[in-house]
Amino acid sequence: MSTVKNWTDICNLGDLVDNSGVCALVNGEQVAIFKIKQRDETYYYAISNWDPIGKANVLYRGLIGSVADKTVVISPLFKQRYCLASGECLDDEQRQVNVFGVRVEGNKVQLALAS
Amino acid sequence: MSANTVNIVVVGNGMVGHHFVEQITNHGKTDDSVHYNVTVLSAEPRLAYDRVHLSEYFSGKTADDLALTTPEQYSALGVDFHLDAAVVDIDKQAKSVKTKSGQTFAYDKLIMATGSYPFVPPIEGNDQPHCLVYRTIEDLEDISASSKVSKTGVVVGGGLLGLEAANALREAGLETHVVEFAPQLMAVQVDTGGGRLLRDKIESLGVQVHTQKATQRIEAGETSRYRMCFADGDFLETDMILFSAGIRPQDTLARQYDLNIGERGGIIVNNHCLTSDPDIYAIGECALWNNFIFGLVAPGYTMARAAASHITGGDVEFLGADMSTKLKLMGVEVGSIGDAHARIPGAQTYIYENQPDGVYKKIVVNREQSVLLGAVLVGDTSDYDTLLQYALNGIDLPEHPESLILPASGDAPAGLGADALPDTATICSCHNVSKGDIIAAFDGGACDLSAVKSCTKASTGCGGCSALLKTVVDSELGKRGVEVKKDICEHFAYSRQELYHMVKVGKIKSFDALVEKHGHGLGCEICKPAVGSIMASVWNDFVLEKPHVALQDTNDTYLGNMQKNGTYSVVPRIAGGEITPDKLIVLGQVAKKYNLYTKVTGGQRIDLFGARVEQLPPIWEALIAAGFETGHAYAKSLRTVKSCVGSTWCRYGVQDSVGQAIDLENRYKGLRAPHKIKFGVSGCTRECAEAQSKDIGIIATENGWNLYVCGNGGMKPRHGDLFATDLDDATLVKYIDRVLMFYVATADRLQRTSVWMDNLEGGLAYLQDVVINDSLGLGEELERQMQHIADTYQCEWKTAIESEESRKRFRQFVNSDESDKQIVFVQEREQIRPATESELDELKRSAKSAEQIIDVELV
Repeated sequence: MSTVKNWTDICNLGDLVDNSGVCALVNGEQVAIFKIKQRDETYYYAISNWDPIGKANVLYRGLIGSVADKTVVISPLFKQRYCLASGECLDDEQRQVNVFGVRVEGNKVQLALAS
Repeated sequence: MSANTVNIVVVGNGMVGHHFVEQITNHGKTDDSVHYNVTVLSAEPRLAYDRVHLSEYFSGKTADDLALTTPEQYSALGVDFHLDAAVVDIDKQAKSVKTKSGQTFAYDKLIMATGSYPFVPPIEGNDQPHCLVYRTIEDLEDISASSKVSKTGVVVGGGLLGLEAANALREAGLETHVVEFAPQLMAVQVDTGGGRLLRDKIESLGVQVHTQKATQRIEAGETSRYRMCFADGDFLETDMILFSAGIRPQDTLARQYDLNIGERGGIIVNNHCLTSDPDIYAIGECALWNNFIFGLVAPGYTMARAAASHITGGDVEFLGADMSTKLKLMGVEVGSIGDAHARIPGAQTYIYENQPDGVYKKIVVNREQSVLLGAVLVGDTSDYDTLLQYALNGIDLPEHPESLILPASGDAPAGLGADALPDTATICSCHNVSKGDIIAAFDGGACDLSAVKSCTKASTGCGGCSALLKTVVDSELGKRGVEVKKDICEHFAYSRQELYHMVKVGKIKSFDALVEKHGHGLGCEICKPAVGSIMASVWNDFVLEKPHVALQDTNDTYLGNMQKNGTYSVVPRIAGGEITPDKLIVLGQVAKKYNLYTKVTGGQRIDLFGARVEQLPPIWEALIAAGFETGHAYAKSLRTVKSCVGSTWCRYGVQDSVGQAIDLENRYKGLRAPHKIKFGVSGCTRECAEAQSKDIGIIATENGWNLYVCGNGGMKPRHGDLFATDLDDATLVKYIDRVLMFYVATADRLQRTSVWMDNLEGGLAYLQDVVINDSLGLGEELERQMQHIADTYQCEWKTAIESEESRKRFRQFVNSDESDKQIVFVQEREQIRPATESELDELKRSAKSAEQIIDVELV
């Protein structure tokens, strides 16, 4: 895999919803993008939208929460928790979802795609 | 199979015979040194059923509801059973029995559980077609058939069973009479004073009571089918006569084969329930122990245990039984304990009678006034449990024994605490569970009421001991220092109820503000929806307002229930289950246009499945344009108010149940609660809407509405408790307002009303006190809060589709108008369903893209 990051515009910042997720279609792959406001900071995360246990494209519709100091999304199907930063499933060591680089440049939300 | 096999033949499959089968097969599970080969021969066409609650057959229970077991369960236990197999012959030498069809069965041990038969007095003309008895389901079918062609019914016999039978006739709509030979009703259990009050109460319910009447002859009537001629020259005309003049032990078979029989009938048994033949036992109502026949189920069960124990080498004996009873006859509570008639020499009595309220209580104590010997309670049996414990355990009476039955002055309850009971105290007499057994269950690892119930079976028979059981369990939990942690999750060290108060009192309007003030972290799937629901209950804002969006579980955010493949169900409200043909057509058109799967649900509405997230707004737009609104199927809130068709159409209905259901559904729709809430409204006592299985159940009476609360269907079914009777519309709504708002304010997260009430200290009585007597002074406030919620109701879907901002949420992709190609449907029974995993694999393998397949499958 290339280490060179290829930042691609996905949508406008206004398309994101505070403390919740949206989904983008990127080269045929579904990516869930989250905007989390905690105290005065804003964090952005992007993970694969595919729920490997529920077997459906639904992670962006999950609830946001925290487990100790980890920020998680909770699958709307069977409630497994996935760490937004690492993609690990906190309820099943065997499972892991892909994590993508995400940043905001001006008014644009960008994803890092392997070139 | 082990080398030792014992063939056991059980003759009779009543409640006691069935209990024996359970006991002996249970023993086999723990001890496999001997194999018990059990054969059951029943004269009836069905397996054991609950005869104690037989009269409920008339209030809608079916034979299946009353069944205590099923052929499948017996087969699983390895029990060989034969129905319609009356035994006609015992061969004591060959040790075998023969049934009427000629089959023979060899036994090592024979159990006679033949029960009893109704005694029909030798009256001339007692064998006519509409002269019936009350014992089996077949008898009830006959009574039911006869009542359809009768206007008047007479029950001969004013005992316990006779009054139950009279109630059945009354409920069947007959003009009902009770004819009793003795000077009073229930002469065995109740004294003269109690009998007088009982008679008044029963007559006030429209049943005419005739005491001291000896029927001599039944002849053809002039105005009715029959005329009953009494010894004193009077007569009474009636279309049907039901004999309930006591029972006689069914001992014919035993007599023919010279087992020892009592002078007045009954197979004589010893403490092991063994008859005069060392391999034949007799149990239940056919057995005579110490010259006494026990006509109740609990002693019969004890006999079954004694016989099973003797066969398996145990040491349980039958040593007589307490014949105390508590029951409700036509809504009149009656209790009788021990020496009700004060026949023990030296007995002293205390009597309390309150005629205006229709309450009569008497206690019988010994000469020294130190021990309770007996009691009679009519009109109010709330003291029964306490008195019974005093009597059974010989607990020292208080200095003024009368304090046990006098109305409590002040707030000190006269109840006997669980701690005062000795370990030997019987808590559940049906299953013979003592306080010691319950403590042993805790020692064995049980840690709550349901665990205790399932391992001891306590309170699973007649259920009369449930309140006492809970007291004992709670006290034991307290002693063990069990503290139930009420923290809702790691983010808040508070219960839902505490959070509710914080939100309300602190006027907190967002999750962020709440977590900042009282919690930490970002929340989770437990606290966020709970807080969302609290905010909605308290402030009733639109759930998709920005501050609340992130709180909602996906179902609340997308206003639909997510299904297994990520699509949603669409459930419009169909209040009371009433829908016009035009609206039905719209549902069909919408479903067809978007290719949705349709199903009629148990809540009397129509669910549309398979809507993609981006299809939700246009689907709802079409539905709302046709006059539909959201059904809140996705929310913890009021779901449906189920109704029967009611007096408008039904021949039996006494009130307009559909109209009432629609009004109630419209009042409470949108109310956010700790869990979903369901209502039912039935137009008459036949209860076709199954209202008693709902959180709020309403059953029409001729005078208004009876309100039942805190019932439940689903995983843990529970009948609702009768809360108030004969309410007018306004009072009904007032009570429901108060009950529901109190529930919303005080219940735990995801706690259904049934569990909530069971956990309220004081239970039903406390809730009645809060709602009916306004004991907390909260009544008007609760009504005001409910009115606010009703006034600020909005259809969430209407609000959602009207707002561009909200509509933006319903996109699969923020950067594309495509839809999710991994959602694949296939056809089944002419509708869509999600493709299974193997079907998806199959489709992938066939090297077509999912898109092509959808086209092929769906077009």
